[in-house]
Amino acid sequence: MTLVVAGAAAVYALRLADDCLVLSHRLAQWSSRAPTLEDDVALTNIALDLLGQARGLYARTAELDGTGRSEDDYAFMRGEREFINCLLVEQEIGDFAATIVRQLLCSTFQLAQWQALTTSTDGPVSAVAAKAAKETSYHRDHATDWTLRLGDGTDESHRRMESALAAMWPFTAELFESDAVAREAGALGVGPDPATLRPEWEGYIRRVLGDATLVMPESTWTPSGGREGLHTECFGYMLAEMQHLHRSFPGVTW
Amino acid sequence: MTAVEEIRSIAGAIPDPEMPALTIADLGILRDVRVDASGHVDVDITPTYSGCPALDTIREDVERCVRDQGFTDVTVRIVLSPAWTTEWMSEAGRVKLRAYGIAPPRQHGFDLTPLTIAVQCPRCDSTRTHELTHFGSTQCQAVRQCDACGETFPHFKEH
Repeated sequence: MTLVVAGAAAVYALRLADDCLVLSHRLAQWSSRAPTLEDDVALTNIALDLLGQARGLYARTAELDGTGRSEDDYAFMRGEREFINCLLVEQEIGDFAATIVRQLLCSTFQLAQWQALTTSTDGPVSAVAAKAAKETSYHRDHATDWTLRLGDGTDESHRRMESALAAMWPFTAELFESDAVAREAGALGVGPDPATLRPEWEGYIRRVLGDATLVMPESTWTPSGGREGLHTECFGYMLAEMQHLHRSFPGVTW
Repeated sequence: MTAVEEIRSIAGAIPDPEMPALTIADLGILRDVRVDASGHVDVDITPTYSGCPALDTIREDVERCVRDQGFTDVTVRIVLSPAWTTEWMSEAGRVKLRAYGIAPPRQHGFDLTPLTIAVQCPRCDSTRTHELTHFGSTQCQAVRQCDACGETFPHFKEH
């Protein structure tokens, strides 16, 4: 494992970037497969927003870690252990309910995070955040609308939402984990310590789930390790597919 | 005309690749033009959305047009801050957008809270329209339908 980083600000920016890229790729997997044409367009639009956010953050990480790597280097030339995204974003897309539940959980977290990051002492990060906050509010609206519709829908849609929530919920604990990097970033004013975002996130999720006739699960099993490069089994397969072209034809452009 | 004004008018007249009825000046994408004592030109452009795929094309178009006009030493920079907003779209841009069949974004201090101002159908001017989907053919557009004439139309959503 070669985690090339220099200081908390670089690691912090890379975490944000990896979350965006990996979630973007998972959403892009819906392209041509979503249940309706509108949602095919919606999910890939959201994927494109996330990809743009990731690009801005990789560019900033390259300045902070001093490696001068390109955006493509971060996306395509790192191994699984070098990605420091959270485990929630890498989980397989599952059925539409699973994707919607993950979008609700992730976009609510990211919106709170972007809003806090708009006042980051790191100028380029706050610039990315100012745009991303607007975009992510649309992502959260989309996930909220579908959560209400599916949760408070038919017996089948309700059952699927319940089972998606049970599957995704354990991975939410990691979003709010605090560690040395998070604390230092918080102290430097680079960005919020994720632990501080939990009350706002929980308040919103509890309200939407309640309106959707769904029950907020209890936290029991709380897997983590993504921030240290330790991922779940499905992630390696995703990277293999995502990086295939660049690995097969190094330096390829088109 | 000063060099800055000349470059601003050349670069500003470049059409947006995805909405060619509008120029990048109409959209508020062209942010700044500077010329230093040595004749070096800096042009700042800003994306509408973070992942906007048109931006690379716009950057190349700006560079080529400014060079073709004789300003060979030019750098086009992409700036993210302050973040682009539909409030920067010019009045001329709104008129062109509407004529092109896209309902322009609503104005008046948009702050991401739900708006009560109606979106007008660009075809029949009715204010009775409803949103079909928030995400359309490009990142900046939603799709709406007119309750009066039945037409489905894109809406450049407030941002």
